[in-house]
Amino acid sequence: MSAPEGALRAGSDPYHIGHAPAAGVPEYTGHGAGGPSPKRIVVGYGFWIFILSDVILFSCFFATYTVLIHARNSGPGPQQLFDLHVTAAETACLLLSSFTCGMTSLAVARHNLLWSEIFLAITGLLGLTFLGLEAHEFHGLVAQGDGPTRSAFLTSFFALVGCHGVHVTAGLLWLGTMMAQFPAKGFKQSIRYRYLCFSLFWHALDIIWIGIFTVVYLIGTITQ
Amino acid sequence: MSSDPKQFDEYDLGSHVGEDHVVGAPPSGEQPPTLGSELRGYLLGLALAAALTAASFWALDEHVIYGPGIVMALIVFGMAQVGVHLVFFLHLTTSPDNTNNALALAFGVLIVSLIFFGSIWVMYHMNQNMIPMRTLLEMHLH
Repeated sequence: MSAPEGALRAGSDPYHIGHAPAAGVPEYTGHGAGGPSPKRIVVGYGFWIFILSDVILFSCFFATYTVLIHARNSGPGPQQLFDLHVTAAETACLLLSSFTCGMTSLAVARHNLLWSEIFLAITGLLGLTFLGLEAHEFHGLVAQGDGPTRSAFLTSFFALVGCHGVHVTAGLLWLGTMMAQFPAKGFKQSIRYRYLCFSLFWHALDIIWIGIFTVVYLIGTITQ
Repeated sequence: MSSDPKQFDEYDLGSHVGEDHVVGAPPSGEQPPTLGSELRGYLLGLALAAALTAASFWALDEHVIYGPGIVMALIVFGMAQVGVHLVFFLHLTTSPDNTNNALALAFGVLIVSLIFFGSIWVMYHMNQNMIPMRTLLEMHLH
């Protein structure tokens, strides 16, 4: 393998393999000579692939909702059903929990148990508040006869928003696990990889929610 | 929050955002991110995201934005907020570490676009090509 002359110097990374060679180390050629990426990078990449596949799953639900939004069988539409104040409160909960999840990441990176637990607890409480608001909204809709069996539009609504709610529930279980494992097992590598994946998962849930409040609630409400 | 360097292990090797050093080599001289700088990043992200969310709810008021343009405004605000979350919360950057992540994201966006816009395109055109239900009923009745 012959690299261009200009690239043969210590500190350069012409093939973008993630780390430049130190002085005195032979040039990395981009063909595996630099060794594999650090495990943190590989773990994050693997979980990122899972999250993207999850986003693709959600895109099917979004497409279904958008196609079926007029299929109401003479039933009520978004304008009659949705209370945007509740949506705004749910949005605030998830956005703040995403921020406190970032604060947890800062504490975990510094091996600070107290602040890790505090910010995890705040994140979990915000997530619980979100789920409570959503459960209250769903219960109200079903109680007034507008459950998922009322029309194709409501089926797609409950499927999409419910699927996100199930993900938040799973995230809360994971969050509880992390709160138990940090004190029990300490900040060892395996636990920190686990937390890295959890934080990716939680931030991704908030990104999905941006799509939901924009497409389902806001655009839904102005669609006749 | 206190920092205790001696506890750090393989997890901390490799590059942080914006900083590259080879495994086992001494730091390249660049300072690792401090608590203050990272905190500022998250706070900036939170402020931008909150502003874009507020803009979305505010845009619903028909007196503020030209009616037919509201949907487009909401889509733009939503996509901008997704970008803010990716950069400030998920730390997706253009650094070498993130090349694979960014490429995977690009592929994900392609698939999501095909599914979402493809479905809408196909289904609305299918409805146009169907015989209207009223005509169909009359054909059966007469």
